[in-house]
This record gives sequence, structure tokens and C-alpha cells, in this order.
Amino acid sequence: MNVAHLVTTPVDATRLVARVSAPERGGIATFIGLVRNHHAGRAVLRLEYSAYGPMAEAEMARIVEEAERKWTARVAVEHRLGALDVGEVAVAVAAAAPHRDEAFAACRYVIEELKRRVPVWKKEHYADGSVGWVDPTAPGGSVPAAGGTGA
Amino acid sequence: MPGDIWAMSSTTSAAASVSVLLFGRYAEALRSERFDLALAPGDTVADVVVRLRQLPGGDVLPLRPLCARNQAHCGPETALAPGDELALLPPLAGG
Repeated sequence: MNVAHLVTTPVDATRLVARVSAPERGGIATFIGLVRNHHAGRAVLRLEYSAYGPMAEAEMARIVEEAERKWTARVAVEHRLGALDVGEVAVAVAAAAPHRDEAFAACRYVIEELKRRVPVWKKEHYADGSVGWVDPTAPGGSVPAAGGTGA
Repeated sequence: MPGDIWAMSSTTSAAASVSVLLFGRYAEALRSERFDLALAPGDTVADVVVRLRQLPGGDVLPLRPLCARNQAHCGPETALAPGDELALLPPLAGG
């Protein structure tokens, strides 16, 4: 059964590992993405994640299906939404396969495709009181957002 | 005139419209997360984007934004049908 969800409660990578474990799968690769305390040279205090929920979950499910088909793997992925503090888990992927090569490849594929295709956005709150939308296409990696109190 | 671009004629039913969803900085700039827009025959995603860009704050939209029709990625040339859901997606930043 496909496990690809947006969640508003803490992501538990251990739970994802348990979901993909099976006697015939000898390798499990995991990726855990955390909220970082800096971005493009600016100190970050916290993040807010938002999404186009129905499409995001559908796209995550498609990515998981692609990885499972390509590498005979079992994959589980969760992405957190809402306000997160530095150090909290934003996303986790667990990929289990008969051997490590397939497990690593499936895990890498899922996180890279998630970042490329899944409609999720993040707003960064900086130490100087300003707020920005993360935009990988913008100079400096973000654009100003409403709601800041500083420069 | 810009104020009329969202007007639905008396003969336009809800089924002859498209729901446009905005997210992130696009919703912030246009001060709304959704517009219900009357469709003309042959309207494409690009046509809708041009109309939205006429609204206050609409210049935040690029001419060719990322977009999705009925929850699947699509291009600006994609034709729209009554009842479609069109989402205009700011640059993605998940993970």
C-alpha cells in the first residue's frame, strides 16, 4: 500500500522504516530533511510550510509508485506542513529493497523528484525580523513575503 | 476594462467557469487564494494568466508560471474546459 502523506504532526522516520521493512528486503535507505538555521547567508529562526494538498499527495504517490516499479522497492515518504522550528524534521523518506544499491537509488529518486514536482512552499522567518518565500529561481534564493517586522 | 474581466454573464453557468487556485506569494500578492473565472471557448492557461496579470498585484505572475490542471502539471498552452481547476504554482520549495 502506497505511503505518501502530508502531515501536520511530527514526522517519525522510524515509523516509515517499519512500514517498508520486510524479510525479503535486505537494505533500507533513509533521507531525513531538517529545518536548517541558515539560508543563503541569513540566519533562519523558523519555517512555515504550505502546500496544494490534494495535488501534493497525489504527486508524492506517483513518485513513490515510479520508484517502487523501477527498483523493486518499497517506499514511504512524509512531508510536514505548518510552522516548524530549527532542527525539526520537514521530510523523511524510507526506501527498502532487496539490496543496498536499489534502496539508495530509490531513496534518492524520491527526494529529488519531490523537490522538483511536489507543490510545497516554505516561508522563512529570519533573525532580523524579515520574512521571505523560498524561491530557488530568485537571486539570493528567496523573495520578500508579507508579515515581516524587519528589513 | 479590468473591472469586468471577472464578470460572469447572466447566461454563464457555474459549469462554464474555471476555478483558479493561487498559492504562496501569488495568493499573497493578489490577496486571494481563488478566483472563479468565466471561460471563453478556446481559452488556454496562458489566456487566464494574462487576465490575472491585469489585477492589482497580478504582476507577480510570470507569463509562464508553473501550473497544474486538475492536479496534474501542465503547460501554458493547455486548453481549459468548463469545470477545470487550474492551479498557478510559485517556484516549488518542498523538502
